[in-house]
Amino acid sequence: MRWGEIIRRLVLVPPTLFGVAVIVFVLLRVVPGDPIAMMIPPGASEADIARLRALYGLDQPILQQFSTWLGQVASGDFGKSISVHQGVLELLLERLPATIELALLATLIAVVLGVLTALAGILLRGRRAEWAVDGGIGVLLAIPDFLWALILLLVFGVLLPWLPISGRVDPQIDVHLHSNFYLLESLLTGRFAIAFALLHHMILPALALALPFAALVARILKASLTEAEDQDYAQIARARGYSRPDILLHEVLPNALIPTVALGGVQVTLLLGGTVLVERIFSYEGIGNMAIDAVINRDFPLIQGLVLTFAVLFIALNLAIDLIVTVLDPRLRHG
Amino acid sequence: MADLALSSPVVRQSRLLAALQRGGARLWVGAAVVALLVLVAVLAPVLAPHDALEQDLMSAQLPPSWIVGGDHAYLLGTDSLGRCVLSRLIYSARTAVMVALVAATLAALIGVALGLFAGSFGGWVDQAISRLIDVWMAFPPVLLSIVLAAVIGAGLTSVIAAIVVVDWTRFARVVRAETMVQLTRDYAAAARVIGLSRAKLLRLEILPNLVPLLATLLAVEMGIAILVEVILSFVGISVSGDTPTWGSMIAEGRQIVYQAPWIMALPIGCIITSVIGFNLLGDGLRLALDPVQRS
Amino acid sequence: MTATLEIDGLKVAIGAANVLRGVSLALQPREVRGLVGESGAGKSMLGRAVLGLLPANATIISGSITFEGRNLLAMHETERRKLLGRRIALIPQDPMTSLNPVKRVGVQIGNLLRHHLGVSKRVALARASELLAEVAIREPARVLSLYPHEISGGMRQRVLIAMAFACDPALVIADEPTTALDVTVQRQVLQLVERLRQRHGSAVLFVTHDLGVVAKICGSMTVLHGGRVLEDGETADVLARPRHAYTRALLAATPRADRPAEALRPVPPALIEQLWSEARRLDRLTIAGPT
Repeated sequence: MRWGEIIRRLVLVPPTLFGVAVIVFVLLRVVPGDPIAMMIPPGASEADIARLRALYGLDQPILQQFSTWLGQVASGDFGKSISVHQGVLELLLERLPATIELALLATLIAVVLGVLTALAGILLRGRRAEWAVDGGIGVLLAIPDFLWALILLLVFGVLLPWLPISGRVDPQIDVHLHSNFYLLESLLTGRFAIAFALLHHMILPALALALPFAALVARILKASLTEAEDQDYAQIARARGYSRPDILLHEVLPNALIPTVALGGVQVTLLLGGTVLVERIFSYEGIGNMAIDAVINRDFPLIQGLVLTFAVLFIALNLAIDLIVTVLDPRLRHG
Repeated sequence: MADLALSSPVVRQSRLLAALQRGGARLWVGAAVVALLVLVAVLAPVLAPHDALEQDLMSAQLPPSWIVGGDHAYLLGTDSLGRCVLSRLIYSARTAVMVALVAATLAALIGVALGLFAGSFGGWVDQAISRLIDVWMAFPPVLLSIVLAAVIGAGLTSVIAAIVVVDWTRFARVVRAETMVQLTRDYAAAARVIGLSRAKLLRLEILPNLVPLLATLLAVEMGIAILVEVILSFVGISVSGDTPTWGSMIAEGRQIVYQAPWIMALPIGCIITSVIGFNLLGDGLRLALDPVQRS
Repeated sequence: MTATLEIDGLKVAIGAANVLRGVSLALQPREVRGLVGESGAGKSMLGRAVLGLLPANATIISGSITFEGRNLLAMHETERRKLLGRRIALIPQDPMTSLNPVKRVGVQIGNLLRHHLGVSKRVALARASELLAEVAIREPARVLSLYPHEISGGMRQRVLIAMAFACDPALVIADEPTTALDVTVQRQVLQLVERLRQRHGSAVLFVTHDLGVVAKICGSMTVLHGGRVLEDGETADVLARPRHAYTRALLAATPRADRPAEALRPVPPALIEQLWSEARRLDRLTIAGPT
């Protein structure tokens, strides 16, 4: 039953991506804004402009342009960026790892912070301090990630100049790594000095992305824990001589995680969308930051590639969440 | 609807009072913050001590007046071009309020219309609209609004259009689901039995039941609209350079953050206050209007 | 000989409402005692008090609960936790909600054995398999690998009974274990409880509202109403010669094979009203004078 549902969702992936492609493509072309106009030097002749338009295929009818692009994408060719003069796929592969690492670190921080906050809240259940935990969660949740980014930048970058506020790594450090997954690679190969320098730069943007998400995780998990702790099996565990922390961790938490992952997991996509601005604020070289430049420069091929990349990530995340829920909940696994 | 007309003013007043009580402190604080914001926006020309665009390069990057080196003429200091920060904050509130009201209302109108269609017609209409929402949800909303604002071009209208095009789904999803639920309730079935047409049923029975939900969503959406405007002007693709906005102030402040951190800090404070105000108002409205608690 | 369980003058209030108004009862080793009363009589609260499961807003006003000569109420929490689940066990009321839905049956039984007996994972699983065989579950190895939602309600109750007797407890509190089951399963469950308590040498406090069940398996019984003990004695004596009017009324309200259904009479409302006013008078006395 559940597997059937996941297969159904997989079948829906290509049409959704196709829809995304159509919308981006049409949106970029029906509305005014000419990429060529932005790149020509002043005093270029009409012929020069026409030649450039032809070079990027912009002189073709829109349907023609679309089918050409779609054919290329299907064979792994995302075209050439207009503003950076590099292959779109190449650019994506270079920048995507930075964003993925940032999002992973943020998710990790958020989950740890959120779970700890929820557990603290449930341990304080019925006391006055529980109210403080709830209030803290509310404030964290009301302020979105990019505002956190600005606040953190101001406080821990400027007022208390503890951490760097721009870039992925200090320019004077020569990373010399094989992949673009700097953090993962340096950790796996044991080059902790580099990993530390990377984390130094990543901690503020990651924290900005993590704070509202942690609050969301904490809120959902705390509500689920409260409900699960009142269930018979948790009460009976007390009568079997288990301590309350034991019961919360081993009996209640596995049950409370199911709704938390199902509801909170969907919001990971919000965290991913948040990288666009947070990367911009911290001048972090990921695809989010690149996306803003691409838009400002009307770099059609790059925008198309980026939006498709984000869409694929979003859809993949949603599927992954469904799979995790299925693994966590034995009642969904069969039939 | 009819019973409202028949009930005495006294009864209606007490009902209103009860609703206000249920909203509690959230409703009051939220409403006060939002009212203050609107007031500042409307009275901007009266309140602002300077022209928000007037440059005075001789007194650039002055700190707030109570800090050493501050000038009494510039209460909150000046930016890198010597423009009065306080005046720019006040005029920025104008832009924010304008965008919040117009964009949220338009997004709500479109979203509610499509949500009602999908929820009440079902079948292929619902399928079509639901797929459309699915596709929309596959975009990162921030990126989509940036793309939109960029391709439509600079200006307040394009910012509003971007917000509406991105955010109508928030309303459509909720209204669609809620309409479907309401239609299965007994009162809807009863209304159909007495021969109410679909349009009439929607207008007289379903829509009034959606009002509490919509009021809440609308307040929250206004907060979101303010944020999106801030994002767009921070990125530099919102209104043109000579209209002050909180976002562009932050972007400018980011450049000289080490020299003049207050230029960035002040608009951030304004944004946080406004957004929390709208969120509290939304929460308060939800509590005040909840039909379950009303009975 | 030390009594297995001795409750003396136990008074418990939830918020401002008294739920137990000075209850005393004793259970000797291997004794099976029925604790009878209608809902609200306080019988479940009594069981919960012994297990330390009283709700958060409940307060124990006075009295003691002594288990094998040691006062449970004066004992440190960690001490009491060593007894719970091992020396004092519970058979819960509703088998559908009493097992953790995300853990395999074998893991749940195994954890209990490892927690209290400190045995290895392998030993615990082998022992769990024996326990399931003891409660007449066929293919115990297979059932151990199943999740609660994959087995029937009757089987879940048998798993819970196996868990109750897993560590050879001296006292088992059976909290209406047959109420949620249908009649045919009920009888099997009663037989199981009877067999296991004989094998493991446990005393059983059987909480129920069903006098038929009491007659079948309990050697002695206590009748509770409004948080007070109204009658206490050997089951045969009480059923043959009930001394309290309320017990007589309860008997008259219980269906029996040797009596036509028309002979059933509800407990008279006047009697109930009188009992409650007595209970309230008891409360006033408590407030006025020293306890």
